[in-house]
Amino acid sequence: MTAVRFNPTLAAVRFGSGLSPYFDLPATPDDILADIDRTFDFQVPLFNDVTPTIRDFQQASKARGKARGTDTAEATQQAFREVRQAANDVHDQAMRATFARHVGAPIGFKARLAAFFGDHFTTKSRNAAQRHMITPYVEDAVAPHLNGYFGAMLRAVVTHPMMLMYLQQVQSMGPLSPLGQKRNRGINENLARELLELHTIGVDGSYSQTDVRELAELLTGLTYQGNRGFYYDDRFAEPGAETVLGVTYDAADGLDNILRAVDDLAKHPQTARHIAAKIAAYFVADKPDAGLVDAMTAAFVARDGFLPSVYAAMLDHPAAWAPQLQKIKSPQRFITSAMRALGVTGDDVNNASGRNTRAVIRVPMRVMGQPWERPNGPDGWPDDSTDWISPQGMAGRISWAMRAPRIMVQDRMPDPRNFVVTALGPLAGRDVVFAAGAAEVRDEGVGVVLASPAFQRS
Amino acid sequence: MDRRKFLTRIAALGCSAAASPLVTPVALAQAPWDARLVVIILRGAMDGLDVFRPVGDPNYAALRPTLRQGTMDLTGFFGMNAALSPLVPLWQAGQMGAAHAVSTPYRDKRSHFDGQDILEAGRPGIVGASNDGWLNRMLQTVPGVTGQTAFAIGRDQQLIMSGDAPAARWSPEADLVLSPQAERLLALVHDADPMFRTASAQAIEIAQSIAMSAASDEQGAEMMMEDPMMAGVRANAEHVQLAEFAAARLRGDTRIASFSVTGWDTHLNQKGGITSALRRLSDTILTLRAGLGPVWDNTAVLCLTEFGRTAAENGTKGTDHGTGGAMIYAGGALNGGRILGDWPGLAEVDLYNRRDLMPTRDVRAYPAWVMHDLLGISRRAIEASIFPGLEMKSNPGIVA
Repeated sequence: MTAVRFNPTLAAVRFGSGLSPYFDLPATPDDILADIDRTFDFQVPLFNDVTPTIRDFQQASKARGKARGTDTAEATQQAFREVRQAANDVHDQAMRATFARHVGAPIGFKARLAAFFGDHFTTKSRNAAQRHMITPYVEDAVAPHLNGYFGAMLRAVVTHPMMLMYLQQVQSMGPLSPLGQKRNRGINENLARELLELHTIGVDGSYSQTDVRELAELLTGLTYQGNRGFYYDDRFAEPGAETVLGVTYDAADGLDNILRAVDDLAKHPQTARHIAAKIAAYFVADKPDAGLVDAMTAAFVARDGFLPSVYAAMLDHPAAWAPQLQKIKSPQRFITSAMRALGVTGDDVNNASGRNTRAVIRVPMRVMGQPWERPNGPDGWPDDSTDWISPQGMAGRISWAMRAPRIMVQDRMPDPRNFVVTALGPLAGRDVVFAAGAAEVRDEGVGVVLASPAFQRS
Repeated sequence: MDRRKFLTRIAALGCSAAASPLVTPVALAQAPWDARLVVIILRGAMDGLDVFRPVGDPNYAALRPTLRQGTMDLTGFFGMNAALSPLVPLWQAGQMGAAHAVSTPYRDKRSHFDGQDILEAGRPGIVGASNDGWLNRMLQTVPGVTGQTAFAIGRDQQLIMSGDAPAARWSPEADLVLSPQAERLLALVHDADPMFRTASAQAIEIAQSIAMSAASDEQGAEMMMEDPMMAGVRANAEHVQLAEFAAARLRGDTRIASFSVTGWDTHLNQKGGITSALRRLSDTILTLRAGLGPVWDNTAVLCLTEFGRTAAENGTKGTDHGTGGAMIYAGGALNGGRILGDWPGLAEVDLYNRRDLMPTRDVRAYPAWVMHDLLGISRRAIEASIFPGLEMKSNPGIVA
């Protein structure tokens, strides 16, 4: 293979959040890598700092239920409405801040990584009380480790209340544990299975149903309560040693033992390959070059899962710079990169009204097939080109391209002949340049540029 | 600006859209058959043992200590989860039934995602890159298929309908408003990229034909309102909208439709989860029936899931991923009021891996016989290309 050089436009489009009239293009792979050490602008609260808490929400809901038909019915109903509104506000603001991080960052590589790993470790709310906690979970468990070790991220995820609740670890009890016997309860395999299948060695990994079962028994004891946070409760823990992928862990060591197993899974060579291939598929191509994946896997193994070395291996590999645009932007990437190109600022997004948030982000994301924080299951969003470019997804993208810019930029709609250069730079083909100039109205000229394959691909 | 635009799709346009000179009629060739086939994918692994309950099996009660409440008798040996009670009139009319102890060829890893891929691909195992779905391969075997003969409905990518044969994909909440000039310019910029060219041409075509059929959508809404079985159905729920949309297409030239009903992954407190999932499913089936009107008599609805769940309840009043499960079917074209299949028994030695209901038949045999008897697809085409590796064996008589 002929070595393909670093290309500043591809750097911004493929590894960052897209071209922008405000920011210089990355000049070297190191510029991209340096982005992961930046502190995110636009605040997202940590799980423990969010109000209302899950407990606040549940208590308000319970109080309302109890008061039905009594004198305090109206007051508790009003109190519940206020809590629910506050939770909705947190939920909306966290979404805006997340979008603003893509739109307002000089490069946006770190924001892209947060989206990738947040999705890799998908959690969903199991009830209305948790709905506003997904982004704070990503901020807690994923964001601090984007420039660190995969193993540290995995520990944070596996012990996070949102993951423990989403994959129902909090309900799992060893059948022979003190409380399991007393309450006649037992194992729930959900987290153990996804930990192997999705989070670490992958479905092609060499695990069996026995490994799932033993890991599920090992994980018993991980739990969460609203008033205590995460903790290890040995009254749930199944006694006896468990063997996972050939390694035996002695239950007597409690939480340490679980974390040792988590660390072993994080460093497993099959995990290295699974994570490397998925990162390459996210940034570079649905079916990434085998040499690229090999290089990233080797970097993962050599540095015990130190993620910056995996990113560096990707950015150093010629296949990462193939001129052909092999990915389709997800709806979230399409929207954020379009905002960037239109000159919308991170502050504009972060401070958008509730009405505009719905019109420009929340509803269009649903129509395009990526309703915010509602993927189908723990495997997160599918990200192959065919998953996004369907007729109805295309209808959503075209409609957004034609209508949403006006809502955001109002009377500052750019001249389409200039916009095609801002949005695409050297990626603009003659057809797009012609179409931008041939539109009858500015909105449609801008819309055609945004709906073009050159803008939708990366 | 607005006066220069025209709407290619807005359901509210009603009759005026059909009369509008601006809307080009979409030509549709004669569909290859008259019968309708609807495949509903139940994502998350439905617990067949909790939907069609083998109350006559001596081991059932011990395996399901808390999940036995709310059973309606069906056959003496089998009872039905009471959450499906709205479907009892269909059962009695012989328009609803099930096949039990079935599974795809997928074994052992019990991953939802691989399980669904295998179910939708219709192949014996996971295949690599150029994957397509069995409904699409079926379409490839018949002449006269057009872009709207088959519809995959909803936001999710449905492998089952993907492949080389033309098939539409749409969700009821999408729309498309374009000026003629914008439409021309889009065609220009999409021309060199086949994926974009196809998707956007289809989007425009579908949007136009939906606007054209807005009048018949109104008819459908009236039919549904007058139907007594629709009394308990929640009109605005997403799954009901999908079913209404499917019914509107199937009343026209569409012959095949697929969509998903989710919420079956009941690891914890299964009673609550499965009750609401079954409600969604019965709402969906009743909406299809009411919306299809007389076409229902010539319709087959097959509800398939990726695998069953553990024979025994788990420690949290739920069930974990298993193997053998059940397929639910409905429709006037089918022979219902029966639970098909050979019952393997629930004694520990009879279970698959001493854990799961033992599958006694490849679930693909049922859609295979429906395609054979209802759509006239040859056994050879089914066994060779639609369901590779399947032996159809004896006819279960699922088609009336």
